[in-house]
Amino acid sequence: MAGKKSPWGGGSGKGPDDGDGPVGENGDSGNDEPGSDKAKGPRNPWLPPGSEDGGRRAPNIEDIFRSRGPEGPRRGGGTGGPGFRLPPRPGGKSWFPVAVAGIIGVGLLTTSVHLIDPQEKAVVKTLGNYTRTLDSGMRFSAPFPIEVVDVEDVTGVRVVRIPETGQKAKLILTGDQNLVDLSYIVRWNIKSLENFKFSLAEPVETVNEVAEAAMRASVAEKTLDQTFSGQGRAEIEQRVRLRMQRTLDAYRSGIEVLGVEIAKADPPADVVDSFRDVSVAEQNADAARNQASGYAQQVIAQAQGEAEAFDQVYEQYRLAPEVTRQRLYYETMERVLSKTDKTIVETPGVTPYLALPELRRRAQQAQSTTTVTPQEGQ
Amino acid sequence: MGRIWEEHRASVIALGAALIGFMLSAYIVPEEEQVVVIAAGEPVRTVNTPGGKTEAGIYLRIPFYERVARIEKRVLDLDMTDEEVLSNDQQRLLVNAYARFRISDPIRMVERAGTTEGVRIALEPILNSVLRQELGRRTFSAMLTAERGTALANVRDNLNRQARQYGAEVIDVQIKRTDLPDGAPLQSAFQRMETDREREARTIRAQGARDARIIRAEADAQAAKIYADSFGKDPGFYDFYRAMQSYDATFAPENGNASSSIILSPDNEYLRQFRGRR
Repeated sequence: MAGKKSPWGGGSGKGPDDGDGPVGENGDSGNDEPGSDKAKGPRNPWLPPGSEDGGRRAPNIEDIFRSRGPEGPRRGGGTGGPGFRLPPRPGGKSWFPVAVAGIIGVGLLTTSVHLIDPQEKAVVKTLGNYTRTLDSGMRFSAPFPIEVVDVEDVTGVRVVRIPETGQKAKLILTGDQNLVDLSYIVRWNIKSLENFKFSLAEPVETVNEVAEAAMRASVAEKTLDQTFSGQGRAEIEQRVRLRMQRTLDAYRSGIEVLGVEIAKADPPADVVDSFRDVSVAEQNADAARNQASGYAQQVIAQAQGEAEAFDQVYEQYRLAPEVTRQRLYYETMERVLSKTDKTIVETPGVTPYLALPELRRRAQQAQSTTTVTPQEGQ
Repeated sequence: MGRIWEEHRASVIALGAALIGFMLSAYIVPEEEQVVVIAAGEPVRTVNTPGGKTEAGIYLRIPFYERVARIEKRVLDLDMTDEEVLSNDQQRLLVNAYARFRISDPIRMVERAGTTEGVRIALEPILNSVLRQELGRRTFSAMLTAERGTALANVRDNLNRQARQYGAEVIDVQIKRTDLPDGAPLQSAFQRMETDREREARTIRAQGARDARIIRAEADAQAAKIYADSFGKDPGFYDFYRAMQSYDATFAPENGNASSSIILSPDNEYLRQFRGRR
């Protein structure tokens, strides 16, 4: 019967009097398949092979009714398949009342027994009027039209990301009229389900709007530098949380703001270079200070060295001043005069001829030939 | 089944009629809604209004004659479009605000605005103009910060006055965004930020240079003190000692310069012994 045919193709649900097999191409009458030329197009890959009339995945409702012929679904009962008949009930009565009772029973069961998860709670409205709140566990209520049960995740933490991922960054004005590119996260849950359900028409959207208003108000109280600093950020987070809570409490929203975290606080992309230059400048300044410190160490060390050397010599000098002085004098003169030209004018009255041109020539030679040795002029 | 119909035809029909009648006349008012019953176009009574006595539950009406208008009881949201506001000091600012309101007088609301959507449409331009008026009286920086609270309270009161005509009550007005408009204002703000950073960078560099200079000077001073402390013990000997070092450095040809020529006078101290004892 129908069950043996392809459950996907148009052949299903055709009933036993439809002689065409599932492989029959365009076997159905034309009005049955208004899109029969579709079968000529690319094959539907989801259809099982052999089912050529891939125009539809499922039979449409008219097909079902028509194929059932005179035994429509109303007469046949909701439980029977096409052409399928239940065996007669004992006593020759209809199955119809049983089926109705079954459906009603299932309906009663599903709408009056509630399994509420640990993080959930539920509000019950009796004929529209709020009567009670159900805690987690297996709970009961009157069936559907009389009592309506609305289950909501209460303790589960919900996270709002602003700006939403993929959204263009929004620049926020700081108190000193600068702009900052800020993104943040708001975590919240429900502290009073009744208020959450019955106070605000759009509680979730309200959280977003209140968060944005609170964030902008709080950033406007800070300068740009403060928003970048860790402490300023922490203060902003704290203030946003308090502000949001105050506003949401004023709306009697039943929402608890658990925390606000600034994920990113950056300068706007357009001016990020000049911000980098500031940190470069800081590096430069530090470098200059380091160099100066190096110089200072060097100068002081040199001074200490020289002073120490003098002290040492002076120590000895004090023991024998005249001798030490003479010795130092002769030693120095020796070193100096041994390496220089010497002219000694012994006889008084002789005017020494100063060979200045000669000296100049020698100096020039010394400059032009860099390899010249000091002994060259001797 | 058939037998029931045969035996209790009248009661079955009566039951059916009663059921249909009940379905037509009963209505449920949920907690979230308030209801105005309109009899032949005239509002006659309300159910579950904020101040009213009759609360949510099941109620009856006269079928066909009385109509039920359902109105949201919860707090509603009135969103504003981005509005460019000119501040007192002629700066432009893009402002976006929202208001929260609820329907407190549903009969008036039904009469004046029809639906909550009608109230929104009526209130939105009022919110825009009230906000613009209020903020326009303030300076740019005041808009951002200090007076925000009082400004918003004024806006709320103004808007509330207007909203009452439509049976609505404004609970809160908040500025959601205050942005600089795209184009020139935003660019000039960026420019200002940039120059501000340049100034900062320059200051930092200059401070670095200043500190470096001070560090060097202090080192020089300290070195001078060390020298003075040491050499000051005997300035006379220092003069001699330093002179010796200086001669070494000046006349020594080791640094590759031309050698010096020295003409000595016989009176020179160095030649004192050279002449023999006189």
